[in-house]
Parts: sequence; structure tokens; C-alpha cells
Amino acid sequence: MTATIATVNAAGLMRDAAKERRFFLSLALPSLVIVGIGAILPLFWILQQSLTTVRGDFSLVNYAALLTNGLTWRALLVTLELSGGTLLCCLLLGIPLAFLLASTSPKTASGLMVLVLLPLWTSILVRTYGWLVLLRRDGLINDILVGSGLVAEPVPMVYNFTGTLIGMVHYMLPIFVLPTYAAMRDIDVNVIRAAASMGAGLWHCFRTVILPLAFGGIVSSSVIVFVYTLGFFITPAILGGGRVNPIAIRIDRTLSTLQDWGGAAALGILLLVIVAVLGVMALGAARLVKSKQAAD
Amino acid sequence: MASPRIALERVRKAYGSYVALDDVSLDVRPGEFLTLLGPSGSGKTTLLMAIAGFVRPEAGAIRIGDVDITRLPVNKRNIGIVFQNYALFPHMSVLGNVEYPLLLRRRPRAEARERARAALARAQLAGYETRDIAALSGGQRQRVALARAVVFEPRVLLMDEPLSALDKNLREQMQFEIRKLQQELGITTIYVTHDQREALTMSDRIAVMNAGRIEQLDAPQPIYQRPTSRFVAEFMGESNIIPAALVEPFGSPPPFVGTLVIRAENLALEREAAGGDGVAINGRVAAHAFRGESWHLRLTVAGERDLLLSIPSGKSLDCTGIQAGQRVTAYAAARHIHRLDDGPQP
Repeated sequence: MTATIATVNAAGLMRDAAKERRFFLSLALPSLVIVGIGAILPLFWILQQSLTTVRGDFSLVNYAALLTNGLTWRALLVTLELSGGTLLCCLLLGIPLAFLLASTSPKTASGLMVLVLLPLWTSILVRTYGWLVLLRRDGLINDILVGSGLVAEPVPMVYNFTGTLIGMVHYMLPIFVLPTYAAMRDIDVNVIRAAASMGAGLWHCFRTVILPLAFGGIVSSSVIVFVYTLGFFITPAILGGGRVNPIAIRIDRTLSTLQDWGGAAALGILLLVIVAVLGVMALGAARLVKSKQAAD
Repeated sequence: MASPRIALERVRKAYGSYVALDDVSLDVRPGEFLTLLGPSGSGKTTLLMAIAGFVRPEAGAIRIGDVDITRLPVNKRNIGIVFQNYALFPHMSVLGNVEYPLLLRRRPRAEARERARAALARAQLAGYETRDIAALSGGQRQRVALARAVVFEPRVLLMDEPLSALDKNLREQMQFEIRKLQQELGITTIYVTHDQREALTMSDRIAVMNAGRIEQLDAPQPIYQRPTSRFVAEFMGESNIIPAALVEPFGSPPPFVGTLVIRAENLALEREAAGGDGVAINGRVAAHAFRGESWHLRLTVAGERDLLLSIPSGKSLDCTGIQAGQRVTAYAAARHIHRLDDGPQP
């Protein structure tokens, strides 16, 4: 008797639970299909292209050509310099900015947030040409610098590494600030107050409490910025003036001037591998720091 | 080093047109446990935060000992604070939390560790040093917060509703523990709570706050038994506030017009139980409830006014038979009838 009582409706309830799970899984189906067709399939196609000769035979010749070409290594170096430089600038500019946003009143913060987000709502092409107007030899900034007698000659700020970096930092800063700000805002204000009451000044508070507690947010922001900028094309294409050639530009050149699909595909795969390796490294580092913090 | 006094002189704070602190003056004696008691919005937390340095007053002076700290930054005030939600550092161990203020003061690592361990042992947390904060119960977190707040020997201690997140039994136990520690250290303490029982249990003196002002400042017993204002009478326990006039024959003007306070527990249904001669009030039972330690009765008097009675349940078996609508007489002894000084004086 008791056995029957314990299993009343059990089979039916289990079926209901399974049905519910199937329903929620089915919600993900459309996006799975789109990602599958739109991203995963082409990836396999690119992988196949990179492993085929012009005649269609399987070969590693594309990779061999790539890795023995000095231009590839130069492009790789420039890519890493640009991404690293952008990340560094974002850290230096973005962390104080996020801190400011998190410590003002919600009303002021939402006002400032609009200013932070404004560039994100503008087309990257418009913004990049905007920088061109500001930074070029006869641009606004050089006009002011020369006009005020601060410098004798216009400072070269565009069609070079500096100009490219400025454009990229401008693009990535809001993307960096958003998760960092969210992480800082989530810190309990009383925890910061407690540190202050025990004698911690602003800098000490920041270093021993705010930074460690926002660390997760800063790491994810950093990974986003670094990975995102590895594939940057428009900004270096316009502000680099042909002198700054990261991998994305090499891919474009390989395709448009050399018509070398195999070589371009191999470059693409190379970029993908770098992103994957860096991603895993960043995750590992974050985990390491976290476990070290817990041990302290 | 004896803990100093805390003196507030006409401290004022307004948020727009809302006055949070209305020229508050207060003198906390050395080593005293003073509680700021009041409903939410009464200004008690604002006052505490002003002393801590998180709220900047518009005017007034705050002194610790002889030093005016009104314009001193928070981190220079040397005040121990226990926050409502403990505010422990989640990224540090129990020991790391308690060491923090010592390492900030550049104490040698070994000494800091030693003192932090001693503070934790005193808080009955020996053996918990390496634990994560997340692995602690509410009561344990409370103890860590307390140990952290006093380990660096601050000049005074401030506590902002530190027990409000704990359940009742633990709260009552912690009340005694906090009080014991405070007396052992002899540290001047200001404690904020909205729980009158907590305030009565722990304090040397209580400052009842309302609308940014201190309504009454006195020891627990006088505050409870002799409230000076209607607000305090209503806030502390269950009171009946009764407008009254002393009537004399032959139409001469009444010598007293004002308000009387009779506490619910000082009313009884038998003359003997009231404990002496006084008043008898006839009424009709409007509602009654059993509350464990007492019976709660609400009478309707003269067809309009409510009268609250709280009758100890051990002594009054007859309450079990009480019916709504029943006519009863409530008695109160004269010594339990307290007169408020708010009426027009003859």
C-alpha cells in the first residue's frame, strides 16, 4: 500500500518534467541553426580551403608558405602590439572611469553612461573618419598645436601606429567600461566603507578591496577587448594609411591582390588558433589568481 | 587608555527639504553604551553615519574626547564600525579580515596575526581562521565583524543594527555577548536599532529619535516607565494614550487637562490583579488573541476609543472563556498611570 502511495503520479510528473526540458531546449533551436549554418559550416569550409592547393589536392603548402613569409610574422607582431596597446590604454583609462561611474549617485551615473555609450551608437566608419579629421596634418588638433606655437611642425598623429591605436581605444573603451562598471557597482558600498573606517585611504581601498572584488569583471572586459581587436580591420585600414598592417589587413590583401584563397584561409585559421590559445590562457590565469586569493 | 566621550553639538543635515538631523546635540559618556532608537526615517542611522564620517553634516560639531572630528576624513577617525550586513571582505579569509586594520597600521605581520588570532579566540572563533567568509553562518559573520571592528583598539565603537539579520534566539544571545565585550573593553559605544527590546536589554542610556530629533534621552527604565512625549509612549511597548481632564464639582475650571498613559500590561480584569487602587474603565471586548506569554485584548470604551490590555497568560485562565462583545471592566493602579506633560497647563 505504502509503495503505491509513494509513487502516485510519479511517472506522470517525470514525463511533465521531461516535456518542460524539451520545450526550453527547443527555444534555443533557431539560434543553434543560424550559428550552425552561418558560422560553423563556413569555418569548416575555410579550414578545408586552407588545406588545399590551387589544383584541389590536400596539402600543408599554404601553411608552409605562410609561416616562412616574413610579412606574416610582421602582421602578427603588429596585431599583438595593437591589441596589447589597446588593452593597456583601456585598463589605464577605463578602470578609473568605471570607478567614477560606480561611485557617483545612480542619477549622475546614468547621465555619464549615455556619454560613454554615445560612441557605441555611432557607425565605426563615421567615427574613424572623424578621427581622421581631427588628427591629420592639417587637422583640428595640429592646427591648434601649431597655431598656439606649442610645436613648430605638425605632429604626425595619423596614418601610423599612434593614429590606429587612438581609433581602436576610442572604439573599445565603452566595451571595456561596461562590464568593469557593472562589477564595481555590484560591490557592497558598506564593504568599502568598512575598509575606510579601519583606516584605508582611497588608494589603499582601491587596491585591497575594489580591485580584487572587481577583478573578475576586469578580466572579462580585458579578454573581450583583446580578442575583439585581434581581428580589427576598418580602423587600421583608414587610420593606418597602409603602414599599419595587422592580420586582418593581410587577409584582405592576400585575397584582393593575390587572389590566394588558400593563403587567406590559412591566415584566418592562424588568427582563430591564436584567439583560442589566448582565450584558454586568460581563463587559466583568472582561475589561478582566484585560487591564490582564496588561499591567502 | 580609557575610551573618550563623544559629544555632538547642534549637528544638522538636510536632504533637499527633508531634514534628516535637526540640530542634534548629544553627550555620550566615556565607556557608555548608548542606543539610538527610533523608527526608520527617524535619523538614527544618519546620525551614526555622520559620527562615522560617511555623512557630511551641514553644520554642527562632532567631538571625540577633546578633538573636533567634524571635518576629519573617515580613515583618520580611528572608529570601529559594525555594519548592518557585516560588510566583511568576501575575498579574504576570516583571519585576513581581522588582520586587515592591523596591517593597514603597518603592524609587523607576526604581531598582526597574533592579535587577530586573539580577537577571534575572544569571539569564540578559534579554529575558523582559514575559513572563507561565505562558509560562515550569520552569527559567525557577526562575530568576525565585531572582532574586526575592535581588534585595532579604536577610540569608540559604532554599530548599525548589527543583529537585524539574525533570528530571534541568536539575536538575544548576541545582545548579551556584545554587551559583555563592550563592558570588558570599556569602549564608548553608540548602537543603532529600531528594536526597543534590544535597546532596553543592552543600553546604559537610550536616545529615542523621531523626525531628526532626540525625543527623550534617559536610562532604559525611565524611558519605558516615564515617557515624556506621546511619541515615546507610543513607540515603547503597547500603551494606551488617554486624553483626560480632572473634573471638580461646582463648575470650577479643571485643574488638569492633558494626556494619561497606561501601558497595556498594567491593565487587569480584576481589581486585585491591577495591584492597587486606581481607575476602573468599562468596555466591550472587540478582539482577543493568545500570544503565548500573554493574552491580548482590545476593548472598545465609550463606544469609540480602543483600550489595549496585555494579560500574563499564566495567571489568567479566565481569559480562555472570553468572548467578543462581552462586557468587562479594566483596572489600573494609580501608580501605573503616567501623566504626559503635553497638555495645556492650568
